[in-house]
Amino acid sequence: MPAVTETIETVQSVAEGGYKWGFETDIEMEFAPKGLNEDIVRFISKKKNEPEWLLEWRLKAFALWKTMKEPDWAAVNYPPIDYQDAYYYAAPVQKAGPKSLDEVDPELLKTYAKLGIPLKEQAILAGVEGAGESPADGRLPIAIDAVFDSVSVATTFKGRLEKEGIIFCAISEAVQNHPDLVRQYLGSVVPQADNFFAALNSAVFTDGSFVYIPKGVRCPMELSTYFRINAKSTGQFERTLIIADEGSTVSYLEGCTAPMRDENQLHAAVVELVALDDASIKYSTVQNWYPGDAEGKGGIYNFVTKRAACRGKRSKVSWTQVETGSAITWKYPSCILQGDDSVGEFYSVAITNNRQQADTGTKMFHIGKNTRSTIVSKGISAGFGQNTYRGLVRIGAKATGARNFTQCDSLLIGDQCGAHTVPYIENRCMSAKTEHEATTSRIAEDQLFYCRQRGLSEEEAVGMIVNGFCREVLKELPMEFAVEAQKLLQISLEGSVG
Amino acid sequence: MNAMSNNAEAFLRRAEALATPAWAGALRRQGLDALAKSGLPTRRAEAYKYTDLSPIARAEFGAAPAALARPALPAPRGRARLVFVDGLLRADLSTLPPRPLSDAAAVLGTVENSAVTPVAALNAALAEDGMFLDIPAGEQAGLIELVSIVTEAAGPIAFHPRHVLRLGQGASVTLLETCQGPDGVAYLHNPVFEVVVGEGATCAHTRIQQEGGSAYFLSSVHARIAAGGTYDNFTLNAGAKLARNEIHAALEGPKAACHMNGAQLVGDGRHADSTTFLHHAAPDCASRQTYKTVLAGRSRGVFQGKILVSQAAQRTDGYQMNQALLLSEDAEMDAKPQLEIYADDVKCSHGATVGALDEAQLFYLRSRGIPEKEARAMLVQAFLTEAVDGVADETCRAALDEAVMGWWREMAA
Repeated sequence: MPAVTETIETVQSVAEGGYKWGFETDIEMEFAPKGLNEDIVRFISKKKNEPEWLLEWRLKAFALWKTMKEPDWAAVNYPPIDYQDAYYYAAPVQKAGPKSLDEVDPELLKTYAKLGIPLKEQAILAGVEGAGESPADGRLPIAIDAVFDSVSVATTFKGRLEKEGIIFCAISEAVQNHPDLVRQYLGSVVPQADNFFAALNSAVFTDGSFVYIPKGVRCPMELSTYFRINAKSTGQFERTLIIADEGSTVSYLEGCTAPMRDENQLHAAVVELVALDDASIKYSTVQNWYPGDAEGKGGIYNFVTKRAACRGKRSKVSWTQVETGSAITWKYPSCILQGDDSVGEFYSVAITNNRQQADTGTKMFHIGKNTRSTIVSKGISAGFGQNTYRGLVRIGAKATGARNFTQCDSLLIGDQCGAHTVPYIENRCMSAKTEHEATTSRIAEDQLFYCRQRGLSEEEAVGMIVNGFCREVLKELPMEFAVEAQKLLQISLEGSVG
Repeated sequence: MNAMSNNAEAFLRRAEALATPAWAGALRRQGLDALAKSGLPTRRAEAYKYTDLSPIARAEFGAAPAALARPALPAPRGRARLVFVDGLLRADLSTLPPRPLSDAAAVLGTVENSAVTPVAALNAALAEDGMFLDIPAGEQAGLIELVSIVTEAAGPIAFHPRHVLRLGQGASVTLLETCQGPDGVAYLHNPVFEVVVGEGATCAHTRIQQEGGSAYFLSSVHARIAAGGTYDNFTLNAGAKLARNEIHAALEGPKAACHMNGAQLVGDGRHADSTTFLHHAAPDCASRQTYKTVLAGRSRGVFQGKILVSQAAQRTDGYQMNQALLLSEDAEMDAKPQLEIYADDVKCSHGATVGALDEAQLFYLRSRGIPEKEARAMLVQAFLTEAVDGVADETCRAALDEAVMGWWREMAA
């Protein structure tokens, strides 16, 4: 790219408040009528051609949701949400299974190009069969499921994965092709009545990814889902279900972006992970929903329920999250450590700048013997941001030899932001051991001075120090994601210094 | 809320029958309003998630007997003392001339806020007596004892003393508070302290809670600390079937300091809760907290500690540590340390650990010929030392050591 163009683009991206994913795709969309009622639930179910049991399941969730109260214990403030003033189904009008690039809506193609997904992958993303199975540039391939508003528009590398017996597809597709698996596991980790937002999701979820890794299989590539909210006045309610059968291993990544708008949009997802004996799941998230402008106007409300059941002996689930986007984040990826010797991990970086609010953390339930958990949380507050770590470590009476280590560090940049830590530790087992430590501080003057002295600008210096502060978490990310995440941290903090 | 659904109904009825001393008027109205509105907190209330007050709401408490008891008193330790028997201040047994609470009108109800602290609201609604200790500016008052004794004859009484402690500029005092009562009597002791520490004043407050094994102990200490002042609190929670000890302190002037340390010794069938709330409201203040809990038999320990740093409180230095030792398979520890920070130039940290005695340490001692029982005692003592070391006054320290040893002997027997 010529230097001039690059400069212009850089200037533009700064002018836009640094959020370069904030464009809107103008594409023909199909909507369900606005509002939320039983008919909408039926409409979604019918649209997806779902079996009767799933419709019943959704209706039960909807009935439960109507009796539930929106939670108010999190340290976040937002005006009441009108659940009737949104579309619960929005999908681009598209012919099923385009065979070549020409058949795919060019607007969709452009969207992926603009989102920075490499051209090679872009062809794959749009669902062209046979393309990109062996990438020419020698990079490790990543299989991608692309979710655009309410539907999955494409899943790549399906053929390659099927050879290994791996199922990777949109959950609506799994309902059609693998109903028994879906029926067995759906809601088994996050039941319909788990919480207000999970119940809402259970009633109206539209798409998301489904992954099944058979016994003894090590998934040959990273699996990834890219979530994009595009349409106005919509909410995104995706549901992801990952099952790792005995002795299998999988690494899964998710990313998300949304256009810049003055209105707030709701994202209420549910993610369920099941790990059987000796299975291992690594789940990484780079959450980059539109955070709203500097005055706190607009942005995504991100109310997400993520939970993993380590059902098998020696099973392992590792959550890694980099939370830079969203006006409000309400998210507690958890592990239920049922199997003896199972392991749960949670690595998190959460950044709040301008008027962003984040209330995030994890829950570790130690049930089986010798279960282990590690929690490393790094919170960064800048501008008027409020950042809360909220977590629970519960050790049951039978979890002999269980072990937990928790570390929560907060960094404050500027004197108008807040950093809060609310851990709960409940230990009922004598031979178990829990350790928790938390610190809060700001960037030390001497660190800044040292960097400035070596010719770095203040902003660069802060970026470097923040990256160092987050290092323990970032190193848990798959490599390409880690590079992306580092850049994201820098962008998120733009304008917070000086 | 209608009267039927209010779990503090029995207390409200009792308040109606009470004569109101002149000093208590406004306070009582405040307390009654709060109590009538919200009752006693249930476990649905976040601050009472781990401590269930329903046995207290259900219990039937009687009034103190008309005849004044003359119990045997522990040997005096300080320069002077104030003695409460069955909840009433006894001038005849005290060696310090008591001052009436009506003199404390400027302080009463201004340090605590009944609307947010339900156990203080209960006290406000029912307080009949209390002490007022006023240390004028510049006076070094030395060691003063506050003794509370419940007699067997009193039966299951409920008493709610309201204590006011005021230190003028540059004054100092060491207050040693002891609470004792008979085992097997389900009485309720619900003391509230309002403490005002003046500029540059120093208050060291050591509390030894050894209430009877069937008793309920619901206590709250509320302190305001002015510039350069220091408030040191050490609380030993060793008695009562259900003990909740709340400490609320606000650092209101620059360079003020607050230390809150404590030990909880929780035997079979007991529940002990230490809840602290520390508000850094001014710049350049420091706070230190160390709490240790030892749990034996079927018991439950709770620690909740919150540090709030306001935006004005730049250059705050806050530290909090809570550790628990589980000596039995049936013990449970719940901890909730909490930081809420709105200032950026701060250094705040907290730590929490829960675990059993270290087998390697035990092995080390035994390999040197120390019998297992003694080795355990030694390790528990060592575990508590870090917290107890915060008590500088030798007399208080000796009293604490004695109480800890007493508990351990009872445990080992």
